[in-house]
Amino acid sequence: MFVEYFYYLKEILPTVSITEYMTLLQALNKGLIHNMMDFYYISRSILCKNEHHFDLYDIAFANFFKDASIKLTDDINQEIWKWLQKNTDILHFPFSIREFQNVNLEELERRFEQLLKEQNERHDYGNKWIGTQGQSQFGNSGLNTMGIKVAGGVGLRRAVLIAQKRIFKDYRKDIIIGTRQIKVALKRLRKLDDIGKLNELNLDKTIDLTAKNGGDIDLFFEKRKKNNVKLILLMDVGGTMDPYIHQVNLLFSAANHMSHWKDFKYYYFHNCIYDKLYENAARNPKRAIDFDDFLRKYNSSYRIIIIGDQCMHRSELKNPLGAIYDGATNKKPGIYYIEEIAQHYKNNVVWLNPEPNTIEWMSWTRLVISKIIPTYPFTIEGIEKAMDYLRTNGKNSYTSVEQLKGVPLAFY
Amino acid sequence: MSNASFNQFQGNVNTDKVQYIADPQLRNIVNVSIALERPLLVKGEPGTGKTLLSHAIAEALGKRLIIWNIKSTTEAIDGCYMYDTVQRLNDSRFGSDDRDVNNIKDYITLGPLGDAFDSEEQVVLLIDEIDKADIEFPNDLLQELDVMEFYIKETKEFIKAKTRPIVIITSNNEKELPDAFLRRCVFHWIEFPSKKFMAEICNLHYPNLKKNLLDQCLKHFYWLRTITKIRKMPSTSELLDWIGVLLKSGISVDELMKGIPFLGVLIKKEKDLEAVLAKAQFPT
Repeated sequence: MFVEYFYYLKEILPTVSITEYMTLLQALNKGLIHNMMDFYYISRSILCKNEHHFDLYDIAFANFFKDASIKLTDDINQEIWKWLQKNTDILHFPFSIREFQNVNLEELERRFEQLLKEQNERHDYGNKWIGTQGQSQFGNSGLNTMGIKVAGGVGLRRAVLIAQKRIFKDYRKDIIIGTRQIKVALKRLRKLDDIGKLNELNLDKTIDLTAKNGGDIDLFFEKRKKNNVKLILLMDVGGTMDPYIHQVNLLFSAANHMSHWKDFKYYYFHNCIYDKLYENAARNPKRAIDFDDFLRKYNSSYRIIIIGDQCMHRSELKNPLGAIYDGATNKKPGIYYIEEIAQHYKNNVVWLNPEPNTIEWMSWTRLVISKIIPTYPFTIEGIEKAMDYLRTNGKNSYTSVEQLKGVPLAFY
Repeated sequence: MSNASFNQFQGNVNTDKVQYIADPQLRNIVNVSIALERPLLVKGEPGTGKTLLSHAIAEALGKRLIIWNIKSTTEAIDGCYMYDTVQRLNDSRFGSDDRDVNNIKDYITLGPLGDAFDSEEQVVLLIDEIDKADIEFPNDLLQELDVMEFYIKETKEFIKAKTRPIVIITSNNEKELPDAFLRRCVFHWIEFPSKKFMAEICNLHYPNLKKNLLDQCLKHFYWLRTITKIRKMPSTSELLDWIGVLLKSGISVDELMKGIPFLGVLIKKEKDLEAVLAKAQFPT
């Protein structure tokens, strides 16, 4: 039964591992668990390591043991049971998060068990008994939105909102799991420079100097090494970037929460960089910095990461006043600004593109821009490569197969 | 293992040094983590007594508490040992009476982790605010916490735990901890105390507190916590401080009914204060 419990939970909480399962068994073995309440809390402490997942755990737990308690009832009319189980042998419990709060579990369960005891024939279209297609809270393919789904199967599925994994995906705070990977990838971008007071002893040098000094101790102190990278994130928002908003948020929150940088700034743009960079995603013109000021303010020692799908209309890149939003004032075409950035920051700028590279199609603008600014796919691997590029100032970098993938032969 | 040896930590500690009540779940989990010999990772809102827990455990079980405060610059090796090269160099030149320059051991001092391993008796080891350190820090501790030993490369020696310390780790959720690390821990989230439990906590700290005064305090306190705009919610420790201030000022229940005096003890941010004043109907 505990193996089942483990796999049941693992399906919902993928972070649960064998190590944790073994720990739980150890706890059971040592007699640390005396009752269901103990089991609930102790198994939660052992299996579930993040409070954001507690809700999922609760639901999974309730669900799993609802099955067990009902399955274990001896006096169930076996015939009804078989009939109810004709599609699957799992008894679902309603647990859409919103609905879940409105249902009194104990009450529902009590009534369900009572009904099982009373019911001894098959029912369809009724509103009290367990059966198919009725309005009772129990049964299959019924119309009651809050109730126990008995034996899932194809059909109306109105009886309950079944535990579809999709529902939980929205509620799970996966964000942090994601940012950890990104943070580790971003950490590749590190340039250690001497900072602060002379307070770190260099042992090798000291021994060297002491020996030269005829055994008289000559201590050699250095400044502490600290990451000297200043980073600016430029993010494309709105329009075609909407599908990737989650990914961009991940990167942003990862970069923003790292105490890794000497300086961290961020600006927004839409589709292409023009004469203004905006301070917030709403792109309020009053809270923006002029492009020229931007270059003046942030010298070429800053590292720039641009995130965008590089996908826009030709005219947005090639024509003056090409920006598609109202009141566009760019006297120069978008490509001018892109080239300015590339020249100003030289090898300190990369572009991350979340749009998958496909053989079939690649926007023309993407081809143009990625020739000016090195472009990497917005994946963990892509970020790692981009960071390596920034760290080495583009030295020893080569065009990867990944970058070439999808570029039509004619462009080589 | 028998039940008697398992049920060690009773949850209620009331001594001169520490006053602490743990709710039954927390008490259980502490005992489980001790029995399973796994580190207990405690998270929870600031001010819910994460750090105090280990003090309470040490006090209740009569064990020595070793605290390892983690800072942003802390590295795993700092917890294990430090090799004082400068002192040794100095001694090699000028000599020393109580240290032998040829004996490298004389220049190695154990860190908190090393101390805990080296202790003859079982100790409680608190690794406080582990999330303050570098993101890779917990990974560097895996071996140490798993096998309870570390290697001193200067002396080519292993330091092995004589008795397995009870390890309590706290985190404030500033950084997410790596999975490999989490897998080895038992985790507990300290929930914010209910009104009833909070009254117990207050009574423990202020045994002479009158019931009607306490009720009024709790009423104000939980009302403040309903204001969603507040970013730094007042917590248990702030409530206790506040009651302390109220008692010192000798305020009466009637006065307390009219408003919330000494609001600054509960609310620490200026913006939060504004949010409270916007909602409040009474003079503070």
